[in-house]
Amino acid sequence: MDGYTYSELGSILAMQGFAGFSLFSVLLLMALGLAIIFGQMGVINMAHGEFMAVGAYTTYMLSTLTETYAPSLMPYYFFVAIVAAFLIAGLLGYIAEFVLIRHLYKRPLDTLLATWGLSLIMQQSFRSIFGAREVSPALPDWLLGSYQPTDTIDIPLNGMFVLGLTTVVTLGVYYLMFRSRWGLRVRATTQNRVMSGAVGINTTKVDRYTFALGCGIAGIAGAAFTTIASTGPTTGTLYIVDTFMVVVFGGAASLLGTILSAFTIAQAQSILEFFISGSMAKVYTLLALVLILMFKPEGLFASKIRR
Amino acid sequence: MTFVYERLMGGKSGLSGFLILALFILIVLPLSLDLFRLNLVGKYLTYAFAAISLVLLWGYGGILSLGQGIFFGLGGYGMAMFLKLEASSPENTAIQSTPGIPDFMDWNQLTELPWFWVPFNSFTLTIIAILILPAAFAYLIGAAMFKRRVGGVYFAIITQVIAVILTVLIVGQQGFTGGINGITDLRTLNGWDITSNSAKYIFYFINCALLLTVIMASRFILTSKFGSLLLAIRDKEDRVRFSGYDVSNFKIFVFCFAALISAIGGAMFTLQVGFMSPSFVGIVPSIEMVIFAAVGGRMSLVGVVYGTLLINFGKTAFSESFPELWLFLMGGLFIAVVMFFPNGLAGIWKDYGHHLTNRLSGLRNWVQNSPAGATNKKMVDNT
Amino acid sequence: MTLTHKFTSRTHASAPKRGFLSTLGMGALIMASATLFSSAAIADDVNTTGLAVTDDTVTVGILHSLTGTMAISETGAQEAEKLAIAQINESGGILGRQIKIIQEDGASDWPTFAEKARKLLVSDKVAAVFGCWTSASRKAALPVFEKENGLLYYPTFYEGLEQSKNVIYTGQEATQQIIDGLNWVAKEKGAKTFYLIGSDYIWPRTSMKIARKHIEDVLGGTVVGEEYKPLGDTQFGSVINKIRLKKPDVIYAAVVGGSNVAWFKQLKSAGITADKQTLLTISVTEDEVLGIGGENLEGFYSIMKYFQSQDNENNKAFVAAFKEMWGDDSVIGDVTQAAYLGPWLWKAAVEKAGSFDVDKVVAASEEGDIELTTAPEGYVKLHPNHHLWSVARVGQWNKDGQATVVYESELIEPDPFPEGYQ
Repeated sequence: MDGYTYSELGSILAMQGFAGFSLFSVLLLMALGLAIIFGQMGVINMAHGEFMAVGAYTTYMLSTLTETYAPSLMPYYFFVAIVAAFLIAGLLGYIAEFVLIRHLYKRPLDTLLATWGLSLIMQQSFRSIFGAREVSPALPDWLLGSYQPTDTIDIPLNGMFVLGLTTVVTLGVYYLMFRSRWGLRVRATTQNRVMSGAVGINTTKVDRYTFALGCGIAGIAGAAFTTIASTGPTTGTLYIVDTFMVVVFGGAASLLGTILSAFTIAQAQSILEFFISGSMAKVYTLLALVLILMFKPEGLFASKIRR
Repeated sequence: MTFVYERLMGGKSGLSGFLILALFILIVLPLSLDLFRLNLVGKYLTYAFAAISLVLLWGYGGILSLGQGIFFGLGGYGMAMFLKLEASSPENTAIQSTPGIPDFMDWNQLTELPWFWVPFNSFTLTIIAILILPAAFAYLIGAAMFKRRVGGVYFAIITQVIAVILTVLIVGQQGFTGGINGITDLRTLNGWDITSNSAKYIFYFINCALLLTVIMASRFILTSKFGSLLLAIRDKEDRVRFSGYDVSNFKIFVFCFAALISAIGGAMFTLQVGFMSPSFVGIVPSIEMVIFAAVGGRMSLVGVVYGTLLINFGKTAFSESFPELWLFLMGGLFIAVVMFFPNGLAGIWKDYGHHLTNRLSGLRNWVQNSPAGATNKKMVDNT
Repeated sequence: MTLTHKFTSRTHASAPKRGFLSTLGMGALIMASATLFSSAAIADDVNTTGLAVTDDTVTVGILHSLTGTMAISETGAQEAEKLAIAQINESGGILGRQIKIIQEDGASDWPTFAEKARKLLVSDKVAAVFGCWTSASRKAALPVFEKENGLLYYPTFYEGLEQSKNVIYTGQEATQQIIDGLNWVAKEKGAKTFYLIGSDYIWPRTSMKIARKHIEDVLGGTVVGEEYKPLGDTQFGSVINKIRLKKPDVIYAAVVGGSNVAWFKQLKSAGITADKQTLLTISVTEDEVLGIGGENLEGFYSIMKYFQSQDNENNKAFVAAFKEMWGDDSVIGDVTQAAYLGPWLWKAAVEKAGSFDVDKVVAASEEGDIELTTAPEGYVKLHPNHHLWSVARVGQWNKDGQATVVYESELIEPDPFPEGYQ
């Protein structure tokens, strides 16, 4: 490593560490919603990526509206957008559960297929409403640029924002699932649906709200990603495989598993990418995951569930 | 004779369905379509191989593979590699810096044919590779998964990830694989022009013959004891295991067989379409194959052929006039089939057929027929 | 055809016509003769191979993706082709015949391109097809065009290494785009070290190969890194750190699609901006800027042959006509402009050949004297090798999503099979 000072190498190391963290927060945010739904109902929601796109498009619409009608509010609209993304995606999820998913709980594979049909319809709706082109919301200034603790270190602000948002959402999910009455009911239903019903938990309602919550979080993820990438009708499909891998690798029904899994995958991929080409890094990461899953089929951190 | 009748054709109901299909693809379609459309049908029918493999795997075995494109692609690439080598004779590629190797290798500074391409100089070895490699690959995946009792959604997702890996690999290693453009510009098979009209007819009929053979072979497997066990595994895996059967071996076998069928489809695809590219390996084609099976009827070997044809014709026809409507329709159709008609076209036909029979058999039976009698027995006998 | 009507009101004022005067006159002449004399004989004369040509119409095909992932990119191209055809029809058509369009959707699916190409050629018997965008779709459709002896006008800048009798390439091949841009950056910015990054498929890889050869052998520079990301990938954190470690004078980029947006957004937020780093890209046109956002690109450079902001009469008329037909929000990128040339080049070749027969049109095109003086990009000429002579331009991006042209090369001869660059 000729020609580099230690402080330069240190800076690169720090920034590379942050790149890994940034990828981690992205993966986790994407996977949280899916993990909740998968853990609760054993259902894989193939339209998860499209619910993310709903969040992203919501942000785009709000940014356009704000720009046109209230330019002075531009610095603040993004927070509103996140809440709106959560609500709209959640509402759509609620409807999807009511119309589609609840009829298929006994057939998890069919749910996978039905949600794929749903994803097709959603993609085409995006195309009809917003056009085929990629769109990017105008971002508030405080989300652009980088934070420079020293001369040689640049930490992306949008990465920090996503990291912060992921932390908040994860804590929120933790609180909901493990510290609230509602979470108690959810966990009871997951562990023994029949008994939960017998002790008076409205399991249908629990399912519906869990699904809506999962989709709502997907919406938040979508809103957050507008700071990193663009949004198009088929954006959702780009993320879906990564998201699946995080959830499956982490093991169903385990919040900790999902977090650790996202962390492992993100660090592995980000470190590999530093040393080899991006394409091959992806291949190796996925391959390693598949191999590990062959030895630990239920995922790294599966909790024991009575089936 | 009984063997042929009962085991290969599937008895009375199966035979008529089989014969009607044979009549339809061997006589009706060639007589009523021009060569252009017939060639399209030929292409669609190669997808039907994959759809049939899903009947075995998913309909009967309860194993949903979202990665049949892997095997379809491997078969297709095998054939394409052979044809490409033939097209890259030193005379044809004289302008390259290294004549005699495929053009895309030359562009990527390869000066020598990679070792794994060498066997594809021989037609015999190519055929063997097409029949064995995909099945062997399926064995590896299957053994690793099923021995460890990975199933259901997990299996679906892992097959999907493998499809992604393979796609990224093919696209990334373009010096060896042709990259995203795939292997193109295939013209002759052992000196015979595969783009000529006569070749198109011949491939169409070979394709149909293979398809019908595959249906018979599948029927043979499904009507054997193996078939019953497969169903038993699908419905109550643990009970079969407790009865002393090694469930994983059955699953591995059916997965390998399904891979083989898909690979044959892939090879026929290359021959009829004239190129192969990574876009037939990835997630989307793999899921589309599942759609074909779902719409045709996941329990019906014959039904999925119609399902495949219907969807593809719909795609072609609609995308010519209402491309937007098509995706809505496709998504809606898919949801409807999954929710309301789990047995697809075959199921609908069966229901409708019963009503028809009832009506034809006269008012005498009308009164006696309870509604339950009119419904078909179970998903099982829809073949 | 309501769009055509909407367009009619302005066409005479705004359509490029000066350079087409001769051909226009010829068209009018033939139209007149067609009405005067027995028209059937003329239809036979200009069409001996059974193409879809009647006494007053000729049918062509447009084949682009209207659905799927490529629809985003291909929209502009098909709009430009329709504009050109509408303008040609306004000015009297070709050999006195109005052009009818049959549009097919390639659906971002390569066999569909082959299938639809065959339909257009075999069932519809179109006289020419304007279409394809990605190399993969062209490669898939190419054997069909060669087999059925069709004629394809292909608009995208691409990797070269191809020259088919049945294709006219109206975009730049790789050397035309790359070499002059590299010379410029070496001279203007004194660049010695380069970092190459692209999406992982054939066009970026081939382009980078040519770039690397030129940097190392001609410019005497060094390539300090070469990187390919899978298509659609949106995480560039590690790559950006690698770039920081290598400190190249120039980042040379060919990232496409959704990745492109992520790449520039993340560059900006990592503090790599134009005031500190020179970046030259061959994959950003005005179309891409729409998704990326001008603020993320400000100060970076693109090498193209056309920029919407080009200041000449032809281009002003073209931009105005395009916006008139497709809305004020439309932006026009390099490929869109190249697609616009297709119908005009075809018209010139047909009128030179006096026939719609593909062989005669190709022969006329190969004589190397078909030129458009009214092309929005400036003067272009068709080389006997089926590619266009063209000018390479370096544009610097502004915040508003338009580029300022900072450099124009001489007219560059197309060379799809460059010696020493393979």
